[in-house]
Amino acid sequence: MPTRRELYDRAQRRRANLIATLSTGAVLLALVLLVPRAPGWEAVQRAFFNAEIFARTFPGLLQAFVLDVAIFAWCAPLIAVLSLALAIARDLRAPAFTPLRLAATAFIDVFRGLPVILVIYLVGFGIPGLGLPRPWNSPYLWGSLSLILVYAAYTAEVIRSGIDSIHTSQRAAALSLGLSEADTMRYVILPQAIRRVIPANMNLFIALQKDVALLSFIGPVEIFRQAGVYKSLMANFTPYVGAALIFLVITIPATRYADYLMARRKHD
Amino acid sequence: MKPLLPIALALTLATPAFAQNECAAGKTLHEGRLTIATGNPAFYPWVLDDKPQSGQGFEAAVAYAVAAKMGFEPDTVDWTRSSFDQAIQPGEKDFDFNLQQFSITPEREEVVDFSIPYYSSAMAVLTTKSVVDGGATPTLDSLKGLIWGADANTTAVKMLADLIAPEAGPMLYNDNVDVTAAMQAGQIDAALFDLPTALYLSAVVVPDGAILGQFPADRTETPDQFGLLMVNDSPLKPCVDAALQELIDAGTLAAIEKEWLEEATGVPVIE
Repeated sequence: MPTRRELYDRAQRRRANLIATLSTGAVLLALVLLVPRAPGWEAVQRAFFNAEIFARTFPGLLQAFVLDVAIFAWCAPLIAVLSLALAIARDLRAPAFTPLRLAATAFIDVFRGLPVILVIYLVGFGIPGLGLPRPWNSPYLWGSLSLILVYAAYTAEVIRSGIDSIHTSQRAAALSLGLSEADTMRYVILPQAIRRVIPANMNLFIALQKDVALLSFIGPVEIFRQAGVYKSLMANFTPYVGAALIFLVITIPATRYADYLMARRKHD
Repeated sequence: MKPLLPIALALTLATPAFAQNECAAGKTLHEGRLTIATGNPAFYPWVLDDKPQSGQGFEAAVAYAVAAKMGFEPDTVDWTRSSFDQAIQPGEKDFDFNLQQFSITPEREEVVDFSIPYYSSAMAVLTTKSVVDGGATPTLDSLKGLIWGADANTTAVKMLADLIAPEAGPMLYNDNVDVTAAMQAGQIDAALFDLPTALYLSAVVVPDGAILGQFPADRTETPDQFGLLMVNDSPLKPCVDAALQELIDAGTLAAIEKEWLEEATGVPVIE
């Protein structure tokens, strides 16, 4: 038997749900009714939402998307390793490590300060231009490296913020227990720091999923480029809409998962 | 549209060269002025020094010749710039016609209007001397084994698949400059361009550039013809077509082509 309080709460919830449904419905209805009344709607529909072109190009887009996933798959672990190394290097306190600390700081400053596309162009065309033989001049190799460099710089800063968020008293306590500097980092600081920054890093990884498409600028025909080719041949933008949908199928669940992780942290 | 053409033709023929032509009157973006768009930047030999106003370069010269036939004196011609996407996106256009080597295709014709063709292009294979020294020859078998590149916005992408069908998927780029950068970095062996562009790139842009061979302009499969691009269902199309037809009949167009586009008889034909 529910209490009066529970009954009241339930009624309130029902009321809130009803209002939410009605207002959402009203907005959707307005969109569905009003947008097609815009004078250019027919032209836009033909150019962006052409069912026939969508059906013709979608399988090709899906195929090209495999390359995006592959690039992401080999970049992500390397970014994780490099960023961890950078974050630790920046945190080294012994005076002898100063050159290492300075190098890590300079690296992060440079690659965090440059647009990704610029790095891809410079590294992707520049380094192979030195005269490297195949397959060492591959745009896949140098393009991926560009992504790794830039994203490692960002991720390193996020990890460092995690390391800084662990109170110094923990470090002092670990050292006083007889742990070495390395063991303190390995067993005390990092396990907590990394757990704290998982949601922030999830966001970076979602961004990486999309920035993989930038590799198309130096040659690889991934989904964005494939959509561009279809657009150019058919003089129609529908393939871009198809590509956008494919991206969303991957990125929306990832975004929701990041939100879930963040919400869970709040309850810790 | 069809019955309009003879009338337009008769009108154009009947009026002196620079008189405000009846056909185009009131149909242009700005009354009494003709707005023409080209690429940003516009490349040699289509437009010289990226200055279409000078009338130097094949497309700049064609634009002024068409304008004159339509009754626009050079000082009533305005130039603007547009990207490929701007040219084909739905909605209003900020030009009366646009010329930047737009190939006419049935798919494109569904969203925009094209004039009758003003140029039929041979397609040429741009490569480097080191690739030629490496044993590449102008035969389909040899070409199939190369690593190919092309400008992603051009019909070269489709022709590459149709004419050559290379073994490895081609690399695609945003513009000519990036294609040549990849070629100099050794990432691609060869690239497909229209012949005039290929000649320019091999002579000026790629340090040890070479033209391996060409698919002649009069090939029956997948011809590449350039047209002036206009907004879909443009009222101006009959006037532009009539003007072009007149230039073709009088031999003016051929003369302009001869003046600006080197005849490349030395380039071997690919069987």
